[in-house]
Amino acid sequence: MMRHFLEVFRGAEIVCIPSSSCVAMIRDHYPKMAAASGDAALKRTVKNMLPRIFEFTELLVDQLGVTDVGAFFPHVVALHPSCHSLRSLQLGDKPARLLAGVRGLTLVDLPEAEECCGFGGTFAVKNADVSAAMLSDKIRCVLNSGAEICAAVDNSCLMHIGGALSRQRCGVRVLHLAEILASRDSKGMAS
Amino acid sequence: MSTYVGDAANAPKFQTAAKALVNDTQVRHNVRHATSVIRQKRAKVVGEMADWEQLRESGHEIKQHVMRHLDFYLDQFEKTCTAAGGQVHWARDADEANSIIVGLVKAQQAKEVIKVKTMTSDEIRLNAALEAAGITPYETDLADLIVQLGEDKPSHIVVPALHRNRMEIRRIFLDKMNLPELSDTPEDLAAAARVYLREKFLRVPVAISGANFAIAETGSVCVVESEGNGRMCVSLPRVLISLIGIEKVIPTFQDLEVYLQTLPRSATGERMNPYNSIWTGITPDDGPQEFHVVLLDNGRTKVLADREARETLDCIRCGACLNACPVYRQTGGHAYGSVYGGPIGAILTPQLQSMAHSQTLPYASSLCGACYEVCPVKINIPEILVHLRNTVVERGDAPFVEKMAMKAAAYVLESPEHLARARKFGRMAQSPFAKNGVISHLPGGLDAWTAVRDLPAIPEESFREWWLKREREAG
Repeated sequence: MMRHFLEVFRGAEIVCIPSSSCVAMIRDHYPKMAAASGDAALKRTVKNMLPRIFEFTELLVDQLGVTDVGAFFPHVVALHPSCHSLRSLQLGDKPARLLAGVRGLTLVDLPEAEECCGFGGTFAVKNADVSAAMLSDKIRCVLNSGAEICAAVDNSCLMHIGGALSRQRCGVRVLHLAEILASRDSKGMAS
Repeated sequence: MSTYVGDAANAPKFQTAAKALVNDTQVRHNVRHATSVIRQKRAKVVGEMADWEQLRESGHEIKQHVMRHLDFYLDQFEKTCTAAGGQVHWARDADEANSIIVGLVKAQQAKEVIKVKTMTSDEIRLNAALEAAGITPYETDLADLIVQLGEDKPSHIVVPALHRNRMEIRRIFLDKMNLPELSDTPEDLAAAARVYLREKFLRVPVAISGANFAIAETGSVCVVESEGNGRMCVSLPRVLISLIGIEKVIPTFQDLEVYLQTLPRSATGERMNPYNSIWTGITPDDGPQEFHVVLLDNGRTKVLADREARETLDCIRCGACLNACPVYRQTGGHAYGSVYGGPIGAILTPQLQSMAHSQTLPYASSLCGACYEVCPVKINIPEILVHLRNTVVERGDAPFVEKMAMKAAAYVLESPEHLARARKFGRMAQSPFAKNGVISHLPGGLDAWTAVRDLPAIPEESFREWWLKREREAG
């Protein structure tokens, strides 16, 4: 799959990935996997590819210098800083700065924001009971924040958190940061 | 002779033990409360250190150096410790260590021993070995005493009774110390333990300790603690036996300057431990007049042989990773079936047993990375967890269903055509389950997900399909 990825994106100047766990996989694991393969050409390809890989907010804030994309989204939003964005990519306040640039948006603090939501890939199924307990803590914090929307830069966490919010019929939804940044007012303009 | 880690070889799977613990609201509440308090204290005293990251790096470097030259430093420690009047014994595994220690206690004709907090002694099931030989061990660390009197198991490597609240502790003390009445205030509980223990400190002639550090340069042994009960044990009895894992050796006295800053801050959120005991061999007419060190392997050299995972041995047992771990905080330590719980236990326990037991432990993590972030010697626990998962898979020990699921996923994700076909099939297959764009119940093993959460249904139009349509429409 790594070889396939490298082949597909070989010609791309920039690869923008709206998921920090995917970026972390490429940055942290591809070099090791390539080294373990003993294939010198593969190692070179990975090395050449890495500087062209950007997480969505890295591309906007660091590369393009943009924090205001002209979005309009009149809702109360809490940001879940996913584990990979926080600890692996160390995105810091990039997602929050992008949200701060959105007209009409109120950003509220998410209590215990840095705690894992309990997804963890196969963990959610293999250790379903512990995962559900972690998720219930996260949901409690989302509901206590008073937000209408829980946003993140990782769809995997959002699927997990969103799955529980949907089950509880509490009216709070999840959205990827990109979906919020793509929102405009009814005239298609930022007000 | 055999290598074992407590009763870990017979422990239930992590998920089985965790299920019961997650449903025990009292344990969950106690663990959550205690770890929150320690985390806050830790964050405060770590935050005031401008050079914290350098200290972590130094702690890491020293350990890396020791692990590359472990043979040299152990040899040096044996020489310096012996020269200072200590006697050094080498134990290949748990059984051998137990028989050495039981032999040493018997040689004193002692029927009782007092113990300083040592997780390593729980690793080798020393108390059971002593009792089988007619010797009564008394735990003197307050938390270990609570665990021992409560016929319980430790649930944390630094605070073994953290799963108990003071009402429960009062009950245990009342029952086991034969007290007429006792309140549950911390002062009264501590006073009861003091009366119970002090008589033993003065009477029992043999003490057994572990070690935080063994210093190769000087032959010294270092134990840090909060209560002073350890200090009583290493200074009052006539004979002292220290059980030390071979990974605990550090090169020089000066190396302590790093660890005595990082360990207390990481472990209990203190700038310095209230009691730092360092002793070198024996001193005539002062303290123990006979001093033995038992150096324990018990699987450690096998861990050392694995280049990808040997960092595991760098651990200084501060427990910060347990307090930081969102999995540990839901279950407490008992779910890990080992004296070593939490993230470090999840990598250490299976390795000490040559990956033959405790194979569910490397999966007892969402790989969130909080453990690595707080580790004062920078052990990359998430990476080692993944490495150990690979080992389980390579050994062919992964469950059949999981192997099939991984094969299917690899096939589906191999090419856009396969993915498109799978999506088409999925849309058909989900139709009995999907309602308003979500799936609320899935059959078979997949209900592990839908028990508490919905799953978004596969949408009518995928991103790829939308993108292609958009390009077509744009011409």
